[in-house]
Amino acid sequence: MLKLESNWLDLRTLDELALQKTFIHKLNACTKLYTTLIFVVIVTSFSKYEVTGLIPLFFYPVALISLGNLPIHYLCKRLLMIAPFIIVIGLFNPLFDHVPVTAVGSLMVTGGWLSFVGITLKLMLTITAALLLVATTGINSICTALSKLGAPKPIVIQILFMYRYIHVLLEEFLTTLQAYHQRSFQNNGVHYKAWGSLLGQLLLRTMARAQRIYQAMLCRGYDGHIGISTAMVWTTQDKLFLFFWPVFFLFCRFVNIPQALGKLLTGGF
Amino acid sequence: MHMADALISPVIGGTMWAATAGLVSYAAKKVQQDIDEQKVPLMGVLGAFVFAAQMINFTIPGTGSSGHIGGGVLLAILLGPHAAFLTIASILTVQSLFFADGGLLALGSNIFNMGFIPCYLAYPFIYKPLTKSNPSQRKIMLGSVLAAVVGLQLGAFGVVLETLFSGISELPFSTFALLMQPIHLAIGFVEGLITAAVVTFVYHAAPEILQKTALTQPLGSTPMKNVLVVLFILALFTGGALSWFASTNPDGLEWSIFEVSGEEELQASDEVHEFFAQLQEKIAFLPDYNFKQETPAAQPAATEPASDKSTAWPAVDAGTSVAGLVGSLITLLLALFIGKGLQVAARR
Repeated sequence: MLKLESNWLDLRTLDELALQKTFIHKLNACTKLYTTLIFVVIVTSFSKYEVTGLIPLFFYPVALISLGNLPIHYLCKRLLMIAPFIIVIGLFNPLFDHVPVTAVGSLMVTGGWLSFVGITLKLMLTITAALLLVATTGINSICTALSKLGAPKPIVIQILFMYRYIHVLLEEFLTTLQAYHQRSFQNNGVHYKAWGSLLGQLLLRTMARAQRIYQAMLCRGYDGHIGISTAMVWTTQDKLFLFFWPVFFLFCRFVNIPQALGKLLTGGF
Repeated sequence: MHMADALISPVIGGTMWAATAGLVSYAAKKVQQDIDEQKVPLMGVLGAFVFAAQMINFTIPGTGSSGHIGGGVLLAILLGPHAAFLTIASILTVQSLFFADGGLLALGSNIFNMGFIPCYLAYPFIYKPLTKSNPSQRKIMLGSVLAAVVGLQLGAFGVVLETLFSGISELPFSTFALLMQPIHLAIGFVEGLITAAVVTFVYHAAPEILQKTALTQPLGSTPMKNVLVVLFILALFTGGALSWFASTNPDGLEWSIFEVSGEEELQASDEVHEFFAQLQEKIAFLPDYNFKQETPAAQPAATEPASDKSTAWPAVDAGTSVAGLVGSLITLLLALFIGKGLQVAARR
């Protein structure tokens, strides 16, 4: 119940954030989708012991959050919701990898701890990248970019259709669950005797709705074809954005900036 | 069961992306051939239905805990395998974008584990032969539970293999499999029961809904034994091909499988490998940060070419580490400072 409600609120928050008109929001969807995908591939391509090299990549989410006027607390909340499972898997690394690889002062750091920190950093970077893409682009533009990328039309239409009805169905589910809980003596879930009838009723209602939607589409001239707008304007800002970030990511991949900076400051050269 | 990008390597992520892209194209073609215009809104709305249904807690009797529905088998029963596969792919895409539930690079793996397996394996080869076109309550129950259990077992095993081949997690294969398989046995059982409850309800209330898909051309006319043999060969081939591919890639992908078991069956030591090893030496743009003091026993069979150890970072050298740490902190502060500056600039 709570989960349903909070997820619905999250969806609406992201939709509202995507409606802003900042510099980042005005860029075309392809630019942001390509950049995000390149970013994710570069982040994951770092080997498990390369930790410091990942740090400069935080410039990308920080820049997008700043320029896109996005609330950082919201992104942190999502991050905290996803993180636990991955962190637990990552925490096994220190248990299995005891080889000392580096030292901080007198403290020996094992390979396991180093790769654990690497996993945590990668987690933060990849999750924020995906959320930033949606919060600055919106689902309609992402679907346009997907079809530009060559995704089959049925899947793009399916995503658009589904997303449109998620809000409607979530509302209906909430009402039904509220009614169920007010008539039952437990408040932690659906009793097994109601599994079939509750979800089954909702399913039948959903199917009936699909039928009505189909009829409404026919009334509006639907003939089995749905057009997807693929109009995409490439401005100078788009080209610059798409040039600058991948070059920056690659630079971070080849050059360990923090290491060089640290050596410079601690007189290591 | 959603895999995150933090635990997957680009090689595995990319391979699974390619496989899934092919499957999506195939399913899309099949759905388009189906010429059932009604299916377009039905798929969309049912996708939203499963998306929302996954958020409902179902109390598990006698345990005090609650379970969720994944919906893969349920969708296949309602829509048939192709449309169901596309619908699950769309659900997972929206989850990965809007809730960061499963990474973008791991999306291919997730669609394979949670879409392909229930729709193209569990449904046609388990549920359909068991229920045929005249299901009874008992057959629906047996078919749903078996399909959900087998589907989730295979899916969980897929997660174990993909994580293992990515080499980011140090979890030994046996430990990870022992963590994943039993818990997914329970999850699969509950999922099967919920699916059976819903399908039985629909079967009594509106049987025509189920008849439509039940009468479509069956995929699974092949005997179960043949399917298992094919799956086994496929698994062996994939394992062999992926491990060979990964051992020749310039990522410095470490092989936990070798470190854990010391097995050397996946050896690839022919001319082709030699060629790739040389090629890799040419294109490996970064020194191989290989600062594990490997014992000979733990040496992978197909080791990557030794790099110049003098350039490896960080050797166990406190000075270098401090430099790295200081540099990282300065970089982070710089990032925040520049971020603040950009925020001010954007408001003007």
